[in-house]
Order: sequence, then structure tokens, then C-alpha cells
Amino acid sequence: MKLRITNGRVIDPSQNLDSVVDLFIEDHRIVAIGEAPLGFDDAEVLDAAGRWVLPGLVDTAVALREPGYSQKGTIASEGRAAVSGGVTTLVCPPNTKPIVDTPAVAALIQDKADEAGMANVFPIGALTQGLQGEQLSNMVALTDAGCVALSNHGRDMASNRVLSRALEYAATHDLLVVFHANDSSLSEGGCAHEGMMSTMHGLAGIPETAETIGLMRDLLLVEKTGVRAHFARLSCAKSVEMIADAKASGLDVTCDVALHNLLLTDEVLKEFDGQFHVLPPLRSENDRLTLIEGLKTGVINAICSDHQPHEKMAKVAPFAATEPGMANVEVLLPLALRLMDEGDLELNQLLTALTVGPAACFGLEAGSLSVGSFADLVIFDSTDKWVWDRMTRKSKGSNSGFTGEQMTGRVTQTYISGQRVYSLS
Amino acid sequence: MMRSDPRALQLNEQGQLKHFLTLDGLSKEILTEILDRAESFLSMGEQSVKKVPLLRGKTVVNLFFENSTRTRTTFELAAKRLSADVINLNIATSATSKGESLLDTLQNLEAMQSDMFVVRHQDSGAPHFIAEHCAPNVAIINAGDGRHAHPTQAMLDMLTIRRNKGQFEGLKVAIVGDILHSRVARSELHALKTLGVEEVRLVGPKTLVPEFFRDMGANICHDLRAGLEDVDVVVMLRLQKERMAGALLPSESEFYRLYGLTEESLSWAKPDAIVMHPGPINRGVEISSEVADGDQAVILDQVTNGIAVRMAVMSMAMSGQVQAQQVAGEED
Repeated sequence: MKLRITNGRVIDPSQNLDSVVDLFIEDHRIVAIGEAPLGFDDAEVLDAAGRWVLPGLVDTAVALREPGYSQKGTIASEGRAAVSGGVTTLVCPPNTKPIVDTPAVAALIQDKADEAGMANVFPIGALTQGLQGEQLSNMVALTDAGCVALSNHGRDMASNRVLSRALEYAATHDLLVVFHANDSSLSEGGCAHEGMMSTMHGLAGIPETAETIGLMRDLLLVEKTGVRAHFARLSCAKSVEMIADAKASGLDVTCDVALHNLLLTDEVLKEFDGQFHVLPPLRSENDRLTLIEGLKTGVINAICSDHQPHEKMAKVAPFAATEPGMANVEVLLPLALRLMDEGDLELNQLLTALTVGPAACFGLEAGSLSVGSFADLVIFDSTDKWVWDRMTRKSKGSNSGFTGEQMTGRVTQTYISGQRVYSLS
Repeated sequence: MMRSDPRALQLNEQGQLKHFLTLDGLSKEILTEILDRAESFLSMGEQSVKKVPLLRGKTVVNLFFENSTRTRTTFELAAKRLSADVINLNIATSATSKGESLLDTLQNLEAMQSDMFVVRHQDSGAPHFIAEHCAPNVAIINAGDGRHAHPTQAMLDMLTIRRNKGQFEGLKVAIVGDILHSRVARSELHALKTLGVEEVRLVGPKTLVPEFFRDMGANICHDLRAGLEDVDVVVMLRLQKERMAGALLPSESEFYRLYGLTEESLSWAKPDAIVMHPGPINRGVEISSEVADGDQAVILDQVTNGIAVRMAVMSMAMSGQVQAQQVAGEED
């Protein structure tokens, strides 16, 4: 099958490309940009005039909830939500039921994802068995079964000794470890950023030091063990500074940030709305601006949706009793584009953090439209104004602080390996 | 979508109370109306017939997810003096630790056509949640939620201050002790600022007085003498025993030594300063017996004023709720 995408504005940070050119796809891959190769006279043509043609987005944190939590989401439902938002490659966390601590569960997730025919799915395996923090998981077997990294998903390790050994073992086999920097003795019981808002509203606070003390310990152990490390969901200004220092000193680390931490602060908690209960919490304006600055300077490599779908009842409770998380994967792009106005971020920087940036963090062959790449791509109408609500939502999760808001920009088609997997009806 | 502001959530279209959730955002006029109305009920308490028919035919449910005999009793008395029918429900927290069963409980009660819920809950924001999600036609009165607010307690304290000092302008007020965990302190801070006192000081060690209160217009003192000097009103807060286990304080005796209100430390305040305490008192922990039983203490007045203030708030919220429903009915 041959496909020509014509007249679109092709924007691909991986090759510094931003111009109206034609894109030629054959046998799942991009075969040419600009001039038609031989034999494309009879190709199928998609006219993308007035729209953007982007590499498929890469999201480092999309919880699919399957197996085990089908009331919140399934691989099919969340995969569909992902591609409707232009996400063609996603990394999913190990906190399913059963946990991704055996090759069988990792294989099951990928099989189901293949069956659903939606986004490319790459699981993260558990660093320890049952995420209990005590006994190491079969890291190599998990990797052979398709896990792209290992993580204890923010759950405590039994001790720093166990953590250190887990990292040494992972380093032996050159495996990537994902950290959620946190000292749980400081964050325990908390549900909001420790600041004026949580103080006045009587919500138990999570201090900045919960993240930074955890981060400092993790960085020291990464340095000692030489393990490849990715830091997930930074929320504090100080953390950006610490990662910048670590990178400057030559440490091989990358990091990402959740989109909601770039758009919102704890100011929104004044209404006690559990939709804004997320972990790590929404923090101060200084934290938010410093995270955006971290994207500009390249200290932060990726923006993720940190998609965590929940059933409705999970959020129908007083604030502290609600389950944390938002489900925003399908509006990742229109929400992220708000940062161009609000955060003075350039389009190229923004798209880097949504495509080639996260792909590089996890060593994935994705996020690029260069010749020879898989034809994972998104056609995007950047001017379409629409309302994201119950009617237009694709995810099974109904939880988001952005529900009901007007979005500017909408994905009209999504292709994976040259196959159309989504089309706006 | 515009989410409703909780401060607007408790007012109807005419700007009258239809719930009573927090003092944050309520105007000086509304606070003064509560105090004036409470004054009129106070004189009624001295008569032989103590009832008025303002809530006749209405059903008030005391929904206490946290035990509190004292607060519940004053609410019950207040409702009965307004001629309401009262049901008391003490709900074990274990059964309602999940939002689902909380919602179920409330919908059941609403289906029984209750008119007012008086809610005490261990989670901050629970009454807002109930007002917004569970019971749109029921007036919700916050009887204390987590560490967030205890607005009727704060208003009875305001009434006690006004009856003793005449006005709020020019007053200096010190609130001493465990501010961190105190919903009373938070509500008092809003009330005192709105009613226009000159200064509010929060006094205690850094573990119990978060610096963020400074942003709310309070002054923070870590030294009791500096905190009490020249004040007109001293509010002592109860110190819970579990604070020692949480490593917030070394011991009761060290707390008493540094922050306990004794005849000596009270002498640093103005000679006519009044001493308040939301109760129950820990004698010898935050306050000495001599001071608690002394001439400057107005702790029992607070209890009496509590019934009048709760009558005022309940009657105002019920009439605001009825009006809101009438407006909604006309629009249908």
C-alpha cells in the first residue's frame, strides 16, 4: 500500500523540519519527503491542506488498567483514547493486577494491545516482585518479554540496601530504571502541596522535601551504580535544579513531567474538587514556571499525560478520600499547546518533548518522520475549537480537571505503521 | 465549565445563606446579621418558654461522622428551640471510609425528606462535597470538617468577644497552641479579619504554627510573652495527646512551660483581657485551673452563646434554602 500525504504543514523536531511538503509512505514506513519516489502515481492521497502533519506522539505514562481494573479502563478503551489524542506509542506502568512482575503479564498486555490494533504499547516491569520492595524481579526475563524499563512505581523499597542492589543488578544488564522520587515518610497521609492553600483548607500537605530528599538519594545511588535512570513526574522547582546539576556532572539521566503540573497550581484546590487530586501534587506557581523553564533548557526531556483513568465513584468523595490521578491522554496535544501562550514555549520545543524527547528516554524507535521511520503520524487541525466533555470523551475514565473546557486544536487522523487507526468522524 | 465557587455555593441568588460551610468569603454584613440574630435568641433563653416556631415541621439530621457529644448536644438544643424535629446519627467512620457509602447514606436520608444536615466529618471539605454532590435541596451546616473549618464555633466566639468588648475595631487577639490541627483557629482567623480586629496573633512552636498563616494576614509568634503582650482576647486551643506521638512536641510539661496560660502569663495581656477556650479543657496542659476558673475566663459563656449562634445560623440557612428552592420552582 502506498500513501501520499499532501499539502500539510509537516513539523518534525527530530529533523528540524517545519514546512509544507508531501510525505510518502510505503510498506509501513516513510519512504520519501518532498519529491515523489518512482511508482507513487497511483498512490492513495490524503489532502492535509491547512493542517499539521506530526510524528505520532510518545507518552511515557499511560495507565491502561488491564489486567485487573477494567472498571477504570481497558487496553482497548485507553488505546482508543490514546490514538484519538494522537498518541501512537505509549509506556504503561506495572501497577496492574496482577502486577507486571512476570513475563506472562508483560506478554498479555502486548498481545491485547496488538489485538486492539491501537497504540504501540511498551510496559514497564516491576523492579521487585509484587512491587513489595524486597525481592528483585526477574529483570532480564521481563526485558526479554518486552518491558522497556523497570520501576517500583513509587512504592517503597524495603531499605536503601535493597534499592542499591536492585540498581546494581539492573546496571549489570544495562537496563533502564524509572524512579518516582519520593520519601514516603514525608509524603505519607498527604494529599496536596504543602503551602498556603493546603494550610488554609486543612488538607494534609506533601512538602517539597518529600520529592527532593528522595531525588537526592536516588541520584547518589544512580551515580554509585552507574544504572541508566529516568525520573518520572518531577513536580518541584528544586528538582529541576538537581537534575540539571546531575546532567551537568555527566550523569546519564532523563526526566519527564506530567502535563497537569505544567498547567495548574494548587490554587485550583480552593474548591475541594477531587478531580485535582493528583500525585505528585499540583504545586506553587514558582514550581510550575520552573518546570516550564526546564523544558525550554532541555533539562526536562518529556511531557507525559500521566493518564490515570478511574471510574466515576473514585472521585465522588471528600478531597482526601478520592483516588489520585487524571485521565487526559486524548487531549494531550491541545492542552500542551496552551503552553505556547501561557508559558512562552516554542512549538518546536513543545513537540520535541512530546515526540523524539520521550522516545529517546526509553530508547524507542518512535517520534520521528525521517525517511526509513515507521509511518506513525498524526494529522492535526490546529484551529478547530471544540468542547471536551462526556459526549466527546473516549477514555473509560471520567476523571479530569479539564472536563467541559474548550480545546483549541484537534486530531483528525492517526496512522500507525501507515495504517489509519483513528479518524475524526 | 464554570465550577461553582464554594464561597458562592453557600449563598442563594439574593446573597443569603442557604448552607453554612465556611466563613471564608462571607461578608461582614452576614457575620453581623448572625451575631445580631443570636443576641435576640440569647434573651429568649432566659424566658420560661424557650421555643420559637422558625423551623416547625422541618427535620434536622445531626450527621456526626466523628463523635462529639458536646457540639451535637448544642446543635440538638438549638434545633429543638427552633421547633424542628431532630434525629441524631452517629455514623461509624469505618462504614463510610469510601465515598460511595457516604453518598448512599446521604441519599437515603434525603429520600426521607430531611431539610437540614448538620455535618461533622473527619475529612476537610466533606460538607462542601455533600452540599455540591449529595443533597442540593438540603441545607448543610458544617459542624466541623477535618482541620478545615468550624464556623459555628468561630461565630460563638465572635459573639462572646462582642458581648464582652462591645466591638471588634482596635482589638488584638491571640490564638495559642495547636494551630496546625485546629479548624477553630482557621475559622476564627477568617471571622476576625472580616469583622475588622486590629491584629490576630498565632502563638506556638513552628511544628504547630505553619508559616503559611502569615499570608492570611496573621502575625506569628513563637514566644508566648510576645504573643500575649497587650492583647484583649486570648483563645487557648486544646492540645491533643497524640501530638506527642507525632513528634510535634516533646511533652505536655514542656508545652505547658512554654505556652501554658497561667496567672503569670495572663498578666502580660491587657488587664481586662478575656480568656476563651473551645473546650474540652486540658487543665495543666494548655491552661491552669486558676485561669480556667478565674474572673477573666468566659468559657461557660461560650457554651451558652453557642446555642444562640447555632439557632441563628440554622434559621438563616433554612430560610435561604427555602427561598432558593422557590426561585428554582418558579423557573421550572
